[in-house]
Amino acid sequence: MQTHRYDVVIVGAGGAGMRAALESSNRTRTAVLTKLYPTRSHTGAAQGGMCAALANVEEDNWEWHTFDTVKGGDYLVDQDAAEVMCREAIDAVLDLEKMGLPFNRTPAGRIDQRRFGGHTRNHGEAPVRRSCYAADRTGHMILQTLYQNCVKQGVEFYNEFYVLDLLLSPRADGVEVASGVVAYELATGEIHVFQAKSVVLATGGFGKVFKTTSNAHTLTGDGMGVVWRKGLPLEDMEFFQFHPTGLAGLGILLSEAARGEGAILRNSEGERFMERYAPTIKDLAPRDIVARSMANEVREGRGAGPHKDYVLLDLTHLPREQIDAKLPDITEFARTYLGVEPYTEPVPVYPTAHYAMGGVPTNVEAEVLRNNTDVVPGLYAAGEVACVSVHGSNRLGTNSLLDINVFGRRAGIAAADHALGVELPELPAAAEQQVATMVRRLLTSTGTERVAVIRGELQNTMDRNAQVFRTEESLAEVQADIAKLKERYAEVAISDKGRRYNSELLEAVELGFLLDLAEVLVVSARNRKESRGGHAREDYLERDDENYMKHTMAYRQADGSIALDWKPVVQTRYQPMARKY
Amino acid sequence: MTAVAERPAAVEAPKARTVEVRIRRYNPEISDEVRWVTYQVQAYPTDRVLNLLTKIKDEQDGTLTFRRSCAHGVCGSDAMRINGVNRLACKVLMKDMPAKLTIEPIKGLPVEKDLVVDMEPFFEAYRAVKPFLITGGNPPTKEWLQSQADRDRYDDTTKCILCAACTTSCPVFWTDGSYFGPAAIVNAHRFIFDSRDQGAEERLEILNDREGVWRCRTTFNCTEACPRGIEITKAIKEVKQALLFRRV
Repeated sequence: MQTHRYDVVIVGAGGAGMRAALESSNRTRTAVLTKLYPTRSHTGAAQGGMCAALANVEEDNWEWHTFDTVKGGDYLVDQDAAEVMCREAIDAVLDLEKMGLPFNRTPAGRIDQRRFGGHTRNHGEAPVRRSCYAADRTGHMILQTLYQNCVKQGVEFYNEFYVLDLLLSPRADGVEVASGVVAYELATGEIHVFQAKSVVLATGGFGKVFKTTSNAHTLTGDGMGVVWRKGLPLEDMEFFQFHPTGLAGLGILLSEAARGEGAILRNSEGERFMERYAPTIKDLAPRDIVARSMANEVREGRGAGPHKDYVLLDLTHLPREQIDAKLPDITEFARTYLGVEPYTEPVPVYPTAHYAMGGVPTNVEAEVLRNNTDVVPGLYAAGEVACVSVHGSNRLGTNSLLDINVFGRRAGIAAADHALGVELPELPAAAEQQVATMVRRLLTSTGTERVAVIRGELQNTMDRNAQVFRTEESLAEVQADIAKLKERYAEVAISDKGRRYNSELLEAVELGFLLDLAEVLVVSARNRKESRGGHAREDYLERDDENYMKHTMAYRQADGSIALDWKPVVQTRYQPMARKY
Repeated sequence: MTAVAERPAAVEAPKARTVEVRIRRYNPEISDEVRWVTYQVQAYPTDRVLNLLTKIKDEQDGTLTFRRSCAHGVCGSDAMRINGVNRLACKVLMKDMPAKLTIEPIKGLPVEKDLVVDMEPFFEAYRAVKPFLITGGNPPTKEWLQSQADRDRYDDTTKCILCAACTTSCPVFWTDGSYFGPAAIVNAHRFIFDSRDQGAEERLEILNDREGVWRCRTTFNCTEACPRGIEITKAIKEVKQALLFRRV
């Protein structure tokens, strides 16, 4: 075992982690731990853009952006946090440009902007051009730009280090504070303890609980899982976004930017069905509404294809030059993976599990909450792992790239400020023990269960029972399935017993996190007997503000069971209204 | 013919076939010997090579080790040599491949285990070319202005995902690991031709080094290997021309 000491340890090197590192590493000794290489993170898969009311191409202001974010989240958004995000969005985009990000440009040489789902002028009048973009690889350019600036600033990375435990220590006044993390080094199998004054979690989401997902293999919710096992809460885990336009059968994402550029969704009859569901903004309605509308078309027999199980994204009326200039990557995905030529043929699409609105609860300073009001000093979270909550029950497109930049920056500043004001906390006794025990157990297990079998069954039952539409019955079924899978997981064994690049071992560890988080998602979903944003209950069709205008807070009990509580929603300017588009 | 019948991949009743996958295995923790192991896998035309590797790991041999993440060609984790050509395993569809595959790690970087190589020398070369925007004077209040035409000038080289497929397909890199390699030059190009950047002189000086751009023998391996379709040889040529022009 090795021990390292830093002021700030950042876990995760996607957009949020590297944005935080740029703030903290010039003021404090900072280490960034990532289970991949920095440029492999899933921020790089984001396509469409990053919204900010620059008003470069038409009238816009950050208050309209805030309203859209609140309404898009079906009023479960904490409005103080949304205000912070939308106000700071403008500088966040300008900062990236000055760091070198190659945005597309207007004829006047300014950052160009385009339309995106749910982003409107003057509180819903019409779509507005707010998304700043670099072709359809905006996330790639953000990830590259942030990494380039980390290279410039000499940020210290530990690549292929899996953080598997969070360390908490009591302060003199008895309050538990963050004191570091424990990591497993993939190359050597060695366990490393990182003692730190501040810990920033920026580990992303957990889309791999589902089978059909736009998420990378590596998005297994490790950061949320580590926090959960410490008895700290997870917020609003029932709200998972299903992106409307995944490539049918594969889940690979086709950006909403396609519809922003004018593409149209059609059913088997060629009908532009979104006109019925969202008469004003049609195909550019928020994702939850479009995903449900698509699933409904398929359910009512108007799906396309031999099994009538998808709808069609039609780009054939767009000029080829526009497709080539603005949407080159996603049209190539359609060609490569489905053999469809988007110039001349509509592309088969169906909703794909995309984004966790819930996560580790934080305040607007990115400080992690231990309950509804108190923070864990020295512990921060930003990006998809966190729940601020700026996305409420449904995130608007582009607001994730914004979230990682605004709250990644805030987390880095807050973590550095904190580290400069405190002494290095003592490590708990036998700090590495929990990870060492977990690793040893998996390496020596003689059970007969296989990681891939359990993971596959988990993903199947989640797709079948906890996807776009949910009922008490379906949720009860998936909860029972997860309970059985957790029992079988105790018998999981692996064939690679080595220390060197043992990726099988880590897949087994990741499966443990997936099972925990799937259970929290399902238990939280069963408890919310209403339909709101990304959580659609067929047995409770309406939003119920009287009983459920509040955040879910889930806590792991000592016996492993889940206790649920509520947290009030912060409302400042906007009173809940019916959500029509 | 109906419109549906013309849409092949999404609708054809998929037929699986047995594919023989021969993989170069190496784990110095167990033995210094390289082993070639052959696996029989059922493959659908829509399967990617990455799916086959995953099936082998999941169902036949959990010790098989490779890197992967996004699985659709944007993260750059799974560059490998597939039937002698550098490809991303997640971008090669089995409908385009024969029933026998030979898979090896990318060449020219130290092999750590099976298909996993040490990427550090590759990233070291990348860092050496100062791959970041260098500007002087006061920054603007808002954004730096740049015309779309100036933006288009370096568009191609912004696509790089640092997968190393190009660099490890280069015969010069194989024989002399101290050559910067195509990926580093691509990333230098991305800034040299960015109208906002003022670091071109520094970067050109670095690339003028004996391990720099002049080592390129224009074999086009890199351009053929690039999963992002970057015209790498052209970018290298433009950097060479910038050096020559500067000297005139």
